[in-house]
Amino acid sequence: MNWQPGTVLELIEQTARTKSIVFDVPGWSRHRAGQHVDVRLTAEDGYQAQRSYSIASAPEDRHIELTVERIDDGEVSPFLADELLPGDEIELRGPIGGYFAWEEAPETPVFLVGGGSGIVPLRAMLRHHRATASAVPVRLLYSARSLDDVIYRHELTAADAGDVRLTLTRRQPAGWTGYGRRVDRELAADVCWPAAERPLVYVCGPTGFVEAVAGALVSLGHDPARIRTERFGPTGGETP
Amino acid sequence: MTRITRGFHGRRRPDVDPARVPPGQYVTQDFPVLSAGPTPHGSLENWSFTIRGQVDQPHTWTWDEFQALPHETVTRDIHCVTKWSKLDTVWTGVSLDALLEGVETGAEYVTAFSDGGYTTNLPLEDLTGGRAWIAFAYDDEPLAPEHGGPARLLVPHLYFWKSAKWVRGLELQLEDEPGFWEGYGYHNYGDPWREQRYAGD
Repeated sequence: MNWQPGTVLELIEQTARTKSIVFDVPGWSRHRAGQHVDVRLTAEDGYQAQRSYSIASAPEDRHIELTVERIDDGEVSPFLADELLPGDEIELRGPIGGYFAWEEAPETPVFLVGGGSGIVPLRAMLRHHRATASAVPVRLLYSARSLDDVIYRHELTAADAGDVRLTLTRRQPAGWTGYGRRVDRELAADVCWPAAERPLVYVCGPTGFVEAVAGALVSLGHDPARIRTERFGPTGGETP
Repeated sequence: MTRITRGFHGRRRPDVDPARVPPGQYVTQDFPVLSAGPTPHGSLENWSFTIRGQVDQPHTWTWDEFQALPHETVTRDIHCVTKWSKLDTVWTGVSLDALLEGVETGAEYVTAFSDGGYTTNLPLEDLTGGRAWIAFAYDDEPLAPEHGGPARLLVPHLYFWKSAKWVRGLELQLEDEPGFWEGYGYHNYGDPWREQRYAGD
């Protein structure tokens, strides 16, 4: 798997802390929704930094899109979110991974649970679901601190967004009819299909969030082998 | 061919000796958690560690028998394929040399297996010579479940996915067989100093 140059086509501010970067990557090998990509930056003196990012675009989308959350004391994310301009080139390598990936197949329902920027690979799955006109029932439960923190807000709240449920854990706008608390056992039971229907579950978010959600689903009788997880951040990271 | 990234200078850390950081890695103070599924929570009463497969006879230790083996505390740097490295981590465990002592085998390969179904493959040689442990404590505390407790394999000279969490035993084999991540395109051996992240590296 070689490093390939990707040219920045567009930068889209998603929230105050996150930005989507759309790349043209000639010769990109088709990815599966949920996979990630390695990014490499090289300074003039040859110093390099690498990071991994989930791919936000569906395999059917024309370009590769990443969505990066700015970590204030980070080395790579502030550069990607604040310094990059259309026309810039960075190196990419991928696609990588394959377990936390979903490919359209006439199977059991698919339940996606995202916390904060953990929405990114799930958004690729939702777009893949739509692009393939899949008949598989898919449902997203997305936990964010407030409506302003919802990444892909317009896409996820559009009339044709599909079965998307939001929970806003810190602040809810006036007249909010969605959920307003952290994803606990009760909320998971409310939103997820019963364990007997054997949904395929993907959970992505900070470590504390994923531990809580996956633990709740196991306690509700879901088979651990049907729950795929992707965690980021340190132990006990803040729950969105 | 490497391309210069316009405007990127990097943030080199003056407090980190670059000679201790493998290519493409960065040093973190955190201890990130990466697992493919839910964290298993088993009881120590039902825990055992087994060496089986190409052996004269399977060897099994209960938690108490395992704890009666000599303990070692080691300080090692660890390197995750997702790019973070953590320096001077302190682990306590039982050396694989001690566990493999008295095990008769013609095997050259090992599949480590875990609660939750995770597996990873290694050459048997990499588990010997004071290079691998079954660790049950981190920083003098019982190993937390999300970090692989009650016990995980510790093979710090390879990328950390080889250090299987929730490990329950080793299958000794004549033939090498890819484990969980190795079957999803990750490198079969995983030497961080040769940056063997993915198949073909």
